[in-house]
Amino acid sequence: MQPTDTRNPDYFHKVVDCQWGCPAHTDVPGYIRLIAQGRYTESYMLNRQANVFPGILGRVCDRPCEPVCRRARVEEKPVAICRLKRVASDLRDEIDELLPKAPQQKNGKRVALVGAGPASLTVANDLMPLGYEVVIYEAQAVPGGLMRSNIPSFRLPVEVLDEEIAMIIDMGVDLRLGTPVKSMKALLAEGYDAIFVGSGAPRGKDLRLPGRDEAAANIHIGIDWLESVAFEHVDKIGERVLIIGVGNTAMDCCRTSLRLGARDVKVMARKPRQFFKASAWELEDAEEENVEIVVNHSPKSFVVEGGRLVGMLFDKMSYEFDASGRITSEKIEGEVLIPCDDVVLAIGQENAFPWIERDTGIEFDKWDVPVVDKSTYQGTRPGVFFGGDAAFGPKNIIWSVEHGHQAAISMHKHCHGEDVAERPAYGMNLSTAKMGIHEWSYSNDYDGTPRRVVPQMDLRERFKKLDLEVELGFSAEQFTKEVERCLNCDVQTVFTDKLCIECDACIDICPTRCLTIVPNAPEEELRGKLSAPAENLEQALFVSGPLPQTGRVMVKDENICLHCSLCAERCPTGAWDMQKFTLKVPYAGKPATTGTESTS
Amino acid sequence: MSYIAKPKVVHPGLPRNELGLSMRDYEGGMSTLCAGCGHDSITAALVQAAFELSLPPHRMAKLSGIGCSSKTPAYFLSASHGFNSVHGRMASVATGANAANNELVYVGVSGDGDTLSIGLGQFCHAIRRNLNMLYIIENNGVYGLTKGQFSASADIGSKAKKGEVNRQPPIDPCLLALSIGCTFVARSFSGDKEQLVPLIKAAIRHRGFAMIDVISPCVTFNNHEGSTKSYDFTRRHYQPAVYADYVPPAQEIRSEQAAGSLQAVTMHDGSRLLLHKVGADYDATDRLAAFGYLSRHQAEGAIVTGLLYIDENSPDMHELQATPERPLNSLPYAELHPGQKGLDAIQARFR
Repeated sequence: MQPTDTRNPDYFHKVVDCQWGCPAHTDVPGYIRLIAQGRYTESYMLNRQANVFPGILGRVCDRPCEPVCRRARVEEKPVAICRLKRVASDLRDEIDELLPKAPQQKNGKRVALVGAGPASLTVANDLMPLGYEVVIYEAQAVPGGLMRSNIPSFRLPVEVLDEEIAMIIDMGVDLRLGTPVKSMKALLAEGYDAIFVGSGAPRGKDLRLPGRDEAAANIHIGIDWLESVAFEHVDKIGERVLIIGVGNTAMDCCRTSLRLGARDVKVMARKPRQFFKASAWELEDAEEENVEIVVNHSPKSFVVEGGRLVGMLFDKMSYEFDASGRITSEKIEGEVLIPCDDVVLAIGQENAFPWIERDTGIEFDKWDVPVVDKSTYQGTRPGVFFGGDAAFGPKNIIWSVEHGHQAAISMHKHCHGEDVAERPAYGMNLSTAKMGIHEWSYSNDYDGTPRRVVPQMDLRERFKKLDLEVELGFSAEQFTKEVERCLNCDVQTVFTDKLCIECDACIDICPTRCLTIVPNAPEEELRGKLSAPAENLEQALFVSGPLPQTGRVMVKDENICLHCSLCAERCPTGAWDMQKFTLKVPYAGKPATTGTESTS
Repeated sequence: MSYIAKPKVVHPGLPRNELGLSMRDYEGGMSTLCAGCGHDSITAALVQAAFELSLPPHRMAKLSGIGCSSKTPAYFLSASHGFNSVHGRMASVATGANAANNELVYVGVSGDGDTLSIGLGQFCHAIRRNLNMLYIIENNGVYGLTKGQFSASADIGSKAKKGEVNRQPPIDPCLLALSIGCTFVARSFSGDKEQLVPLIKAAIRHRGFAMIDVISPCVTFNNHEGSTKSYDFTRRHYQPAVYADYVPPAQEIRSEQAAGSLQAVTMHDGSRLLLHKVGADYDATDRLAAFGYLSRHQAEGAIVTGLLYIDENSPDMHELQATPERPLNSLPYAELHPGQKGLDAIQARFR
């Protein structure tokens, strides 16, 4: 193998699994360390720089960081990254002085953002400080998009939402509420320097089955129904409710039903549990509230009696699987009638752009969604950008934020006549964590504490009002333990081959046997020759240059390195050092420092 | 030394041996030796060898004297018996322990000072008794614990850290052992576990006194230019004479192992050693030839390593003494003690 090029920021970035897994590249170990030090405000601001909405995301993020957390490979459960974010948000001080401000002197550019959801708000957050005049058009009477209309207030309190949106709007955004954009042509005619479409994926899928129209009064489209609840147009539902679909929207629908008077709520799934789209923790939360999740039931028809919905008919399914767990065949075992008063359909949502005329130069593909470039977020008409669910279909808030950052970079370039396709580079900084012979500027001692569980409101209390937040957040005793579970993957093991005397000290001490000195070979061969088998192909091997004494190479399997520093402590020559890696992320008008700075 | 304990986390893919133990189960406490000390690598090699032989840790005994080397039994096999004895007297304590219980696997760890200076007599007589044990000399040419004076294994011309030159001739433990009838003589290097681990396994399986002289650089006092026991010097003058492959009793010898200039030695317990000879026609069962080869190459400045000599046929201490097969410590008192009449009879023989 070629020696690993650690000057490319991607290499060390990838070692920080959570940061690499986060679409917005939040510096997770960095903010967890700040919490450990009691520096909640700085922790919040470090978060905000990347993900803009720490208070919101600390409650409802889809947490792509957690499944990839190294801790989950070392033991069973990842660090509670998401809930620690909430700790920073809950305990921070006043931050008015620290927030970005819009300059008095504007840059003369005007941009229009369609929809006041997380994507558009991120664009505004990035462009306002650069002197842009930003106009946001929002159909509803309040900003927030799906964060407000689709996430129930018992998971995300309205005050948290309002506060974090206000941090952006208060920079002087021209927010036009109750103002849906009805025509792209008309918007284009207003002469904006750039337009961003962040209008979401607003159309819930319907289920056209016999009885659908007769029972229409008691059949609700999930996202529309949640919106009606959020805006207080709906405040009750029947006693027996069936939720069709088993994604995260379904989880919000069933739990909301329980708070609007339902007594018996069933979530109906066509397939077995391993095919559920909902996140494991959302399923857990729903089941704790005694929602029954029924598998292998395929909807067949709505049963109407006397003009009223009385139940639903399902085909009872059975499936056969192949070795890899894929369904190879399905069979109908019979028919089941399940009585109910209301049905909520939560089987997905789609983009819809009835307001974009098809002759504006914005091309649509065969699924009737706009053609959008995956790195510039620009549509086929220069100057019109897309982001959030409007760009590539339903994802989640953290993806919308990253789309917003990227689109803002493109819009800034577009407004200044630069090529949007030329993306700004990421940078990095490495600085040694060494404080003394065996002292490091981070908590390197492995803490075997299992994951702490966030306390929740008592089951008897939580249904009394719709907006009682169920999760109470970590107690101080809990989060001071939980922060120690972080392995500090950003404190990197940095190797200098010319200093190595091949004494094997690092290899002998490594608790997870991730180091080996071997004659160089192709990767496949090397993976089989290491101290412990390197079977996780998604994790990189670090390979040094030839070592001075024997010409062999140092190989490190990054997979389950604990970042415990023992290799560096046992190294007599300082060939291993622990160095804090800081990813430098470029934002609109703010390039990352390019090149590398290293202290060794 | 490090202040934190080695995390108890185990690599999920870590192999288990016949006893269901992983390599981590053969470890001991955290080393307090200098970072980069060769001794720590030897510790790791012992851990690996005991793991690979699937030895039950509670059936092993670790013995040592005084010195950096003699601290190391604290760093491996924390579930084994141990005795940290007086300076240079480990061989005697081992003799006593072995006399009382011949069923344990005895691992003695000593240094060049503990063996070749203060303990030289003890060492020689343990060899003569052919005491059944593994005796490792962690040889770095200096007294590390007292800040780096030359030891009895320092070569003529070797420089101390501050520049002074050694003029006294060294004692070579391998030549010495060969000359007084040692039945297993090997030399290795802490920086070459591929060679060292099979040697330790063979030595443990050898019935009799198995000595391995392991060059183990002292990073603090003897790893500089001018030293003849540094990592760099050892690697530049390294000359493996015989590679030994340890083959457990039940395992068949693979054909690629059998090819070439191979010498197979059957061990007492049915396991075998495959000796790959490098270069000259080396016979590891010929004591005189081994002595000559070693002396010649030593004069040329080469550090000859590998299994230099093995003799599986000499009686060990228990055989020489005609002790019963059962360990003495498990014999009932009545059988051990001849009784007053018996004692009187014995004493009468000397009147």
